[in-house]
Amino acid sequence: MISTLNPALDDRPEGSDGADQMGHLVSGELDLSHGVALYLEDITVSFDGFKALNKLTLNIGAGELRCIIGPNGAGKTTMMDVITGKTRPDSGKAYFGQSIDLTRLSEPEIAHIGIGRKFQKPTIFEQHTVSENLELAMKTDKRVWKSLLAWLSGDERDRIADTLRLIRLNQEADRPAGLLSHGQKQWLEIGMLLMQEPKLLLLDEPVAGMTDDETMRTAELFVSLAGKHSLVVVEHDMAFVERLGGLVTVLHEGSVLAEGDLATVQNDQRVIEVYLGR
Amino acid sequence: MRPSLTLRLLAALDKKSWLALGVFLALSLIVVPLLHLAVGEDSAFYLSTYFITLIGKIMCYALVAVAMDLIWGYGGILSLGHGLFFALGGYAFGMYLMRQIGRDGSYGADIPDFMVFLDWKEIPWFWSGSDHFAWAGLLVLAVPALVAFVFGYFAFRSRIKGVYFSIITQALTYAAMLLFFRNETGFGGNNGFTDFKRVLGYSVTSPETRLVLFGLTAIALALTLVFAAWLVKSKFGRVLTAIRDAESRVMFIGYNPLWYKLSIWVISAVLCGIAGALYVPQVGIINPSEMSPANSIEIAIWVAVGGRGTLIGPIIGAFVVNLAKSWFTVSFPEYWLFFLGLLFIVVTLMLPQGLVGLWKKITARQGASA
Amino acid sequence: MTKLLMILLLGACTLPAQAALDAAQVRQLAAEDSTDKVAAIRHLTQTADPDAVRVLQAMAEDSLFLAGDRAVIIDGDNAYDATSGESIKMPAAPESITVNNRIRGELSGALAALKLFDGERSVRLESAQKLQSKVSPEMAPLLARALAKESDPEIKALLTLAHAQASLGDADPAVRLAAVKALAATTSPAIKTVLQPLTDKATEADDQVRYEAIAAIKAIDGRLALAENLGRVFSGLSLGSILLLAALGLAITYGVMGIINMAHGELLMVGAYATYGMQSLFRAYLPDYLDWYLPAAIPLAFFSAALIGVVMERTVIRWLYGRTLETLLATWGLSLVLIQSARVLFGAQNVEVANPSWMSGGIELMPNLMLPWNRIIIVGFALFVLTLVWVLMNKTRLGMFVRAVTQNRAMAGCVGVPTARIDSLAFALGAGIAGLGGVALSQISNVGPDMGQGYIVDSFMVVVVGGVGQLAGAVWAALGLGIFSKLLEGWAGAVIAKISILVCIIIFIQKRPQGIFALKGRFVDN
Repeated sequence: MISTLNPALDDRPEGSDGADQMGHLVSGELDLSHGVALYLEDITVSFDGFKALNKLTLNIGAGELRCIIGPNGAGKTTMMDVITGKTRPDSGKAYFGQSIDLTRLSEPEIAHIGIGRKFQKPTIFEQHTVSENLELAMKTDKRVWKSLLAWLSGDERDRIADTLRLIRLNQEADRPAGLLSHGQKQWLEIGMLLMQEPKLLLLDEPVAGMTDDETMRTAELFVSLAGKHSLVVVEHDMAFVERLGGLVTVLHEGSVLAEGDLATVQNDQRVIEVYLGR
Repeated sequence: MRPSLTLRLLAALDKKSWLALGVFLALSLIVVPLLHLAVGEDSAFYLSTYFITLIGKIMCYALVAVAMDLIWGYGGILSLGHGLFFALGGYAFGMYLMRQIGRDGSYGADIPDFMVFLDWKEIPWFWSGSDHFAWAGLLVLAVPALVAFVFGYFAFRSRIKGVYFSIITQALTYAAMLLFFRNETGFGGNNGFTDFKRVLGYSVTSPETRLVLFGLTAIALALTLVFAAWLVKSKFGRVLTAIRDAESRVMFIGYNPLWYKLSIWVISAVLCGIAGALYVPQVGIINPSEMSPANSIEIAIWVAVGGRGTLIGPIIGAFVVNLAKSWFTVSFPEYWLFFLGLLFIVVTLMLPQGLVGLWKKITARQGASA
Repeated sequence: MTKLLMILLLGACTLPAQAALDAAQVRQLAAEDSTDKVAAIRHLTQTADPDAVRVLQAMAEDSLFLAGDRAVIIDGDNAYDATSGESIKMPAAPESITVNNRIRGELSGALAALKLFDGERSVRLESAQKLQSKVSPEMAPLLARALAKESDPEIKALLTLAHAQASLGDADPAVRLAAVKALAATTSPAIKTVLQPLTDKATEADDQVRYEAIAAIKAIDGRLALAENLGRVFSGLSLGSILLLAALGLAITYGVMGIINMAHGELLMVGAYATYGMQSLFRAYLPDYLDWYLPAAIPLAFFSAALIGVVMERTVIRWLYGRTLETLLATWGLSLVLIQSARVLFGAQNVEVANPSWMSGGIELMPNLMLPWNRIIIVGFALFVLTLVWVLMNKTRLGMFVRAVTQNRAMAGCVGVPTARIDSLAFALGAGIAGLGGVALSQISNVGPDMGQGYIVDSFMVVVVGGVGQLAGAVWAALGLGIFSKLLEGWAGAVIAKISILVCIIIFIQKRPQGIFALKGRFVDN
């Protein structure tokens, strides 16, 4: 039911985007012809000899909802850094769809081609109002000149209002975002992600600090987004992971330890060892 | 649907602010000239040349302070090299003023006196065209813009931020100062440019020219304020403050901070250049000491004293600090540096929002108690 | 000199003359014309006779007179015949002989040449050294003779060189060629000038000699340039040590604690004024031990700068942790206050700090490469301070606490590290090291209220290039910047060198935004 509340996520005719921030073209449209949204192959990242990722190979299907779990230091955040261009891998391939090489693009370019990211610690613009936060995130031409002359159209106002309702912050629309509670900030960040209309959503511990009720609503929202969007969720809360269903990947020491549905993974001897200590 | 740009410019300031701006312009374009020209020197209302030069000079500083606030208060980037852009604008216009001296210099030569002194026979290539007012005007805008663009592009591209950026800008202005101190650089070395005679054929020392320059400075300051108000209220301004508060988030929602920072950096530099060009004919001298790191860091304290992140704050700060400076340097010259030093310390420790913040706090408290 | 003359005279009197001097030549010393005098001097020199020494020495000391047609030496109340050395009756009206500068120069050369035959090794050595700069072609046979007699290798080498110089004017091209070849192995601008005429067709007809001379000058030039570059590297090394001393304190306060301290240069100034104060105290109360004021100034400089550092930290910086830009502005304010205080206390003019006598002079490595003692001592001092800091930071409890607080303040506090006191102590340490830098600086540059301002940009550059949080980075960056800028200064001038260094740093930061010794990892951001 949530998707009907959320016109922002309906497919819209593509605007003049395709051009990146620097004005030249990012190679091609997203090509999902093989049903795979994200390819990671043999990704290695090392910091001063310590291998944060060690030949990590991972594929996310188009429309898939994938949960990633793993102990601290397993490389979950580094993996997201690689996908969003924050960290360059020492070796390995990272492709978005069939044709877009993520290792060659900058962070804004990657955001522009449709990968959205929610951080572990909610990062929102605390000095801006809640609705300004959403406006900044909204999918539009984000070049300097356009921003100078930008003016919200009625249509765009509606989209912001809809998202505000969805994340239950319409009462707070004109308050500075810094005054929100931790759970509300998490929701606002999810709302900003939705405004970006990404094709792949990376969510790093999205329900930390939420009440049980909020957690369940979040799970419901994510499930409804799957299908049209691909989602990668990193979470420690097993109840939440169970609620999401779908495949679970266990990372350990920078590579995949096990993959399968939650029950299979939870009964895997190696996974138990990693979590309980050897 | 989409209001025209004019309407949006009008909406940049509220009614009260427009009124205040009108009063300011009326004062500086009508009242000040009348009190200088039409009132006798012995009258209590007479405004002296000293006063007009001082206020004109401080208005130039206020313009620089607004430019600094755009980059620091709104963009979160503390530049310790804004004196360079101010001086570059000043030097660009100073070249024109030097050429306007013509053969009235001490050597009576066709080229400026310092070139005679260096035994140069003709105007060097980079001075060509400087006898045209329009070319000088173009240089005033283009030179700071170009320097800011090249430096800013490399600095922002490699994501130099915070204190690192501040230190590097300080090094930049320091290097430029050393360069301009050299006689061979071709800008008058130590002494810089001075002894101007005419601008557009009018004597620079005549009261009328001074009043016109004063009025132009007031207009430039007012226009800058309106432009800055529009800028910070636009979506561009919101992206800018978003970059200040959480740069990585801005990148991950698809804005490239490089171009936003670079735009405001160049705009800020150009505004400083304009201020420098207005400053030189009024004060009558420009030399490399304008580029000293100490001068640039003083600009930051004007903004901090007034209140950064507001547009009126830097103007108030520039006036308060510089009026205090001219009072101290006349009455207690040895205490000026103590005062300035303590000002830096007190403002950062106790007045993070500056005088404007203090005023807001006081009025809020009164409102609460009433 | 008079004493020496007496001994020589006595010697001459007691011993019978080995070979009598030519009376006409001695008479010619008193000729009207300078050129005649020069010819006579040279002739006498050729004889290498001890009597000639006596006569020429007398002439150089203005005790040679003309009495009638005879040259006489008058020493006080005694008179001697110049040619024979016999005591004679005091002549009635002795005429003095004019010795102008040209003659005087000729005489000192001649005397030096003659001393080559002295019995004493040290006298011969001194003479051979003195000769190097005033060899005339006429001396060639004399030098050849001296060379034949000489057995000491050091003197022999010097004589060979002198002989080669003298032989450059020889009529025989083969002799000239041999001389040029011998001179090609030297390293002296003077020899280069001597060889210069031989490269010109107008003055040197023989092609082979000319080519050899050109090659010799090239070889000398190469060695001169090497010495010059070595000199630059050394002065770069000493500039680097100064930068290192300035930057070491910063490496602790900024690099390790994250406090940007714009008043750091003024802490250098405090150290320099402390040195000045100690010097004044010694002048007033211990003038006999004045040379020892410098070691005494070291603790004073350290503790006064550290004290000011603690006051700064407690009153201002403490309240601004984590707000680097505000710290920058506040500490700039502090620097203004310190500068003005120095002006009020010591006056706006530079004060004079003298090098102790044991720091003047230097080691001469090559004829044109001198390493001054004060710079050598500063390099050593910087090494000493560096070792001290390294030990403090890595081997002591204080250093461990400082590193703990830097890495995780909250956790350090939880396990019982007194974070506030550690902050003060670490800041005081950084300030004290700046004070030590001030002591070094006072020995090679002006001490005045503004002296700190010039170093702040440079020392921050060192920290920026070296990278945050690393002492090793600061060390390499300081030495690298020091040497690089001195080498650049050599061929581009000081200002251009400074500007290009700044440009290089800006470019460098493009490639390595975190400095040379950057920490990597996801925790670096923010």
